[in-house]
Amino acid sequence: MISLAPDIRPAPGSVVSALRAAGSQFVAPALGIATMLGLWWMAGLVLTSEPRFAAFQGFAIERTFASFGDLLVSGDAWRAARPSLIRVGYGLFWAFVIGAPIGLALGCYRLFENAVQLPFQILRMVSPLAWMPIAIIAFASWDGAIVFLIFAAAIWPILFATAAGVKQIDPVWTAMARNLGGRHLALLKTVIVPAVAQDILTGLRLALGVAWVVLVPAEYLGVTSGLGYAINDARDTLSYDRLAALVLLIGLIGYALDAVIGFALRRAHWTPSI
Amino acid sequence: MRVNSSAIDVSNVGFRYGSTVVLNDVRLSIRAGEHVAIVGQSGAGKSTLLQLIVGLLKPDNGEIRIDDVPVTGPVVGATLMFQRPALLPWASVADNVVLPLRFSGALRHDRGGARSKVLALLDQVGLADRAEARPAELSGGQQQRVALARALASEPRILLLDEPFSALDPEMRAGLRADVRRLAQERGVTLVAVAHDLADVASLAERAIVLGGVPSRVIDDLPLGNDAATILRARMSNLSAVA
Repeated sequence: MISLAPDIRPAPGSVVSALRAAGSQFVAPALGIATMLGLWWMAGLVLTSEPRFAAFQGFAIERTFASFGDLLVSGDAWRAARPSLIRVGYGLFWAFVIGAPIGLALGCYRLFENAVQLPFQILRMVSPLAWMPIAIIAFASWDGAIVFLIFAAAIWPILFATAAGVKQIDPVWTAMARNLGGRHLALLKTVIVPAVAQDILTGLRLALGVAWVVLVPAEYLGVTSGLGYAINDARDTLSYDRLAALVLLIGLIGYALDAVIGFALRRAHWTPSI
Repeated sequence: MRVNSSAIDVSNVGFRYGSTVVLNDVRLSIRAGEHVAIVGQSGAGKSTLLQLIVGLLKPDNGEIRIDDVPVTGPVVGATLMFQRPALLPWASVADNVVLPLRFSGALRHDRGGARSKVLALLDQVGLADRAEARPAELSGGQQQRVALARALASEPRILLLDEPFSALDPEMRAGLRADVRRLAQERGVTLVAVAHDLADVASLAERAIVLGGVPSRVIDDLPLGNDAATILRARMSNLSAVA
């Protein structure tokens, strides 16, 4: 359809265009954050003005930020986050080491795909936390059980994103490589893995999100360290300002980890040629 | 003892995609060093035939021999240039050209020698200064030149071209065609080209094999001289009339 409205888009490179780009890049996110903080502040007003909510005043923004500062200064933040990061690291490591090769095989071999697609889809639908009782029986340590739960949550995004990436590889690349003498491992190393690097990292990014979500309830299991334990402990001691500060910390660490993988993803990006 | 100077022997070859028979009883022979064009209507199975010759596809029946050795899988030394350049977009131009040397192990044994060879090939196709560029930074014609350099890096005895000029404008096309002809002649390479453009066929080949019929088979084998374009035009218009 032809539009009769005048085209009022600013010319690329103009001052208006640059201002708009800056607005989109900086002002819009700042507005989003300000809105979130504003809503939190208003909720805090309700908590502090209503006597029946007096016990929950710790959730108010001022008290939370004060407690967050204490967490950082005292080193408690690092003491709580370190074991959690190690558990998530192990869980993601095993999910990657096992999930990526299976994903490659799933994308490369139709027979294998047909054999495992149904069992994998069924297993994928099981909540990672549903494995909790089995994990406790199967692993000698609580840490082992938690790492397994994170692994059970993280493997599927990596596995399926890798398989989907392999299926989208331009067949002319593999035909070209085979024609030039590329066989099995050389083909995998030179064509297939670089071609799906973006997909593997996308899977890893999704896996990190899921793993970070599963972490807190998983750390409610018998351990006495980690962010999940710290939250549970803050609840039991009715330290709601500390609890809210830990929630904030979990969100910020999760965001930072996601940003690291997002950076790697941009580095692995390639522009398709003709 | 049987004496055979043919570089490529195709005997009684048939191929089907699913239930559609594309090629049936294809027989042809190409001598070493010969420059041959394969022509025919769209869908006549020309590209399929090239992929069968280099071993990327397996015939349903019949046999293909290269240098008197039966083709049972991808044949090193019979290099196919695809319609698209098929460059790896994440790798530099030099890394694309070095692929055959990486696959053969030559890169691992002599990295410096491989690097020199790649730069020499890029120089021959006029892209010595673009070795570190990414494929997306090159024009279509330049990308096909990189694909040609990569094909030559494999030191092919047989170079097969699957309409590699079809997406290029006439000027780029003529330049690349001249490069292919010159480099193939310098190296004594057997050249088999699938082409739609009769100018491509006339300038590259000394003989044209015409595929036609349903399913396709070889229906003509024409020596091409100075009047190549005229002969082919007449032959192709006959084919169109029959189709």
